[in-house]
Amino acid sequence: MASPRLFRPAARLLSSRLATTPLRPAFAQSACAQSALRARGYATEGGVKEVTVRDALNEALAEELESNQKTFILGEEVAQYNGAYKVTRGLLDRFGPKRVIDTPITEAGFCGIAVGAALAGLHPICEFMTFNFAMQAIDQIINSAAKTHYMSGGIQPCNVTFRGPNGFAAGVAAQHSQDYSAWYGSIPGLKVVSPWSSEDAKGLLKAAIRDPNPVVVLENELMYGQAFPMSEAAQKSDFVLPIGKAKIERPGKDLTIVSISRCVGQSLTAAAELKQKYGVDAEVINLRSVKPLDVETIVASLKKTGRLMVVESGYPMFGLSSEIMALSMEYGFDYLTAPAVRVTGAEVPTPYAAGLETMAFPQEDTIVNQAAKLLRV
Amino acid sequence: MRSRTTMKGLRMVNRGLNARVPWRIGTAQRWGSTISQRPGSDRVHFPGAVNSKFTTDMSFIKPSDLPAIPTYRVLDSDGELVDKTRGPPNVSDKEVLTWYKNMLTVSIMDVVMFEAQRQGRLSFYMVSAGEEGIAVGSAAALTPDDVVFAQYREAGVFQQRGFTLKNFMSQLFANCNDTGNGRNMPVHYGQNYPRIYTISSPLATQIPQASGAAYALKIQDSQNPNKDPRVVACYFGEGAASEGDFHAALNIAATRSCPVIFLCRNNGYAISTPTLEQYRGDGIASRGVGYGIDTIRVDGNDVFAVYEAMQEARKRALTGSPVLIEAMSYRVSHHSTSDDSFAYRARVEVEDWKRRDNPITRLRKWLEKKGLWSEEQEKEARDSLRAAVLKEFGEAEKEKKPPLRNAFTDVYEDVTEEAQEQMKELRRLLEEYPEEYDLRPYKDGIKGLD
Repeated sequence: MASPRLFRPAARLLSSRLATTPLRPAFAQSACAQSALRARGYATEGGVKEVTVRDALNEALAEELESNQKTFILGEEVAQYNGAYKVTRGLLDRFGPKRVIDTPITEAGFCGIAVGAALAGLHPICEFMTFNFAMQAIDQIINSAAKTHYMSGGIQPCNVTFRGPNGFAAGVAAQHSQDYSAWYGSIPGLKVVSPWSSEDAKGLLKAAIRDPNPVVVLENELMYGQAFPMSEAAQKSDFVLPIGKAKIERPGKDLTIVSISRCVGQSLTAAAELKQKYGVDAEVINLRSVKPLDVETIVASLKKTGRLMVVESGYPMFGLSSEIMALSMEYGFDYLTAPAVRVTGAEVPTPYAAGLETMAFPQEDTIVNQAAKLLRV
Repeated sequence: MRSRTTMKGLRMVNRGLNARVPWRIGTAQRWGSTISQRPGSDRVHFPGAVNSKFTTDMSFIKPSDLPAIPTYRVLDSDGELVDKTRGPPNVSDKEVLTWYKNMLTVSIMDVVMFEAQRQGRLSFYMVSAGEEGIAVGSAAALTPDDVVFAQYREAGVFQQRGFTLKNFMSQLFANCNDTGNGRNMPVHYGQNYPRIYTISSPLATQIPQASGAAYALKIQDSQNPNKDPRVVACYFGEGAASEGDFHAALNIAATRSCPVIFLCRNNGYAISTPTLEQYRGDGIASRGVGYGIDTIRVDGNDVFAVYEAMQEARKRALTGSPVLIEAMSYRVSHHSTSDDSFAYRARVEVEDWKRRDNPITRLRKWLEKKGLWSEEQEKEARDSLRAAVLKEFGEAEKEKKPPLRNAFTDVYEDVTEEAQEQMKELRRLLEEYPEEYDLRPYKDGIKGLD
């Protein structure tokens, strides 16, 4: 795993201390710990269930609120209204208004409260209605949450989780549609994860809440309603994914496609099409974490395939894909048989017109075409 | 202009908690060193609190013990003058009828467009039911040269300032007549003149911008004394007033004496969050007092009260005192088409408000009592307005989309070289494969790229 290597020494001490001291009750499963949402979906063979990303996130929140009395969730509309996107559905009824808190409309304010509560030893989960609105609180996230541990000489941890939808949604134009992976990914002291599937969503959110560092969880509004099979292991309340570890969603030998969040699904579809059209085996890597970045998995894959393509929905300049391409050059230059390629969002404020909006972000055919060009097939 | 004596009902809350304190000592003087503690003085002369008396009584100010700031009102909910001794509002009958029709237009458009969104004909809409009086009454007190920063529930301000149904519909359907070139979400209107800045989605960003714009107007107007001086009117909801931007804006406006009027629509709900969970003080008005800003609370369902307060506020703003107006109302509508408010409030509560008090019915009662309006006229006006809305709706929906070049222009002042290359490439593709691309929906077809 790449992450320990990239941790600050103080943080490593902190995490090892946390690992040995049972701060939380040992995840006792009471009768109500069973998520009501677990009943949803239908059973298939081998205990695999179809669960939407929204329900997976809800389950993760419910389990962590249940097992760790230091956690609480706060944000606009999270309690009474069950969340603007219904991710916190039912949590108020289950955990009460002291653990599920509606806040006034003041991102800088409630984000500051979350950071302060974390500095005082609680494990807050701060929901932003969308990460577009978190811009009003970005000073708290970057200058306080991310840096206090370092500036305090390693004595002051800040175990806070920032979560909410990120990236573009449908028909909400320039001010509501952008991807902040690169913004938060560039800050030392923050960890950043971005789930694609339901298992990702549950495992990464739980990991984020348990992680002693400030973690930004970049969800995607367009994925909330999408259902994914969830393994029996992932349905358990002890299911956690490691932060900083990518997952190879589809093994292949001809081309490495590195992707994140919603673009993973598009890349998988594109990979299937590449196979069908050109007989090409593309390996699709679901990054899961932006920071720490799993460079080892990427480099190992490009050593195997010799070709690299990055697919993400941020702006092209100074983005996640720029970083991955730079790293691949630094660590895997000799193995590349063709220049690496990136497929990103367009260099425009997101247009309102549906047609232009579609064209402003990577689509499956864009991925297929770019891959075909790269592979000269 | 009205004389001050007829405005006796309209009293701005003075700066500071205590009206006796002559607060504005030396606004022009910026050096604090002249203030010093004289020996034996009975009051504080610290730079941060001039003229505060010493006391041996350690009493904390308990906000809940203070009387709530009163709400200024001209008409009661039956459309009668509350204060019979004062004259009727100093507005011509013709003007009041225009206001009424403007309020009616917005409310009729709201119903049609809300339904249209439900039918999937546009992606989003926000209605302003219950708040038409605030928008129309306040805009009526502004001159066309005054500058407006609105939030997103001020269709009435646009309507009152001459935005036509065609303008509204063009924006909502993002067609070629939209001044925003079809780039914005629905209801993000903007107008070049009378100037209203395009709506910004993230809450409260317009409030400090309004202070800044007002400061600029003040400087421009001082350099050009032949022109009529202008003010900035800034609209926002009580929820947005929780954002840090609000506080920064009021403080800057006060310290820089910006000619700006902050108008808060306190409609009881910020999406689902009721005011009780939004703040604990005496509404938003009490905050103006804290920032040393002339403040008044008005009945937002009373279009005359809003108008008169706004008129007086404009006068004060021009003398260098920013003003905060808190207009009280009830959000009859859902927050937006993305919201179902019956999930967090009782249907009967909404029905109650609709029936009991509403800016449109209140003004209608007044008009009917004055013999200016009748049941017949009401029916006729509603029918013709509805017909006008539907006509513009139909035309706007069918109208061509903005020219193709708008996909490339305006990201920067000049179209970048890259974008120019892309335009060229697009033209080449369109010319080479005319069967593949249907350009008929776009204004000027391929010429739209010129």
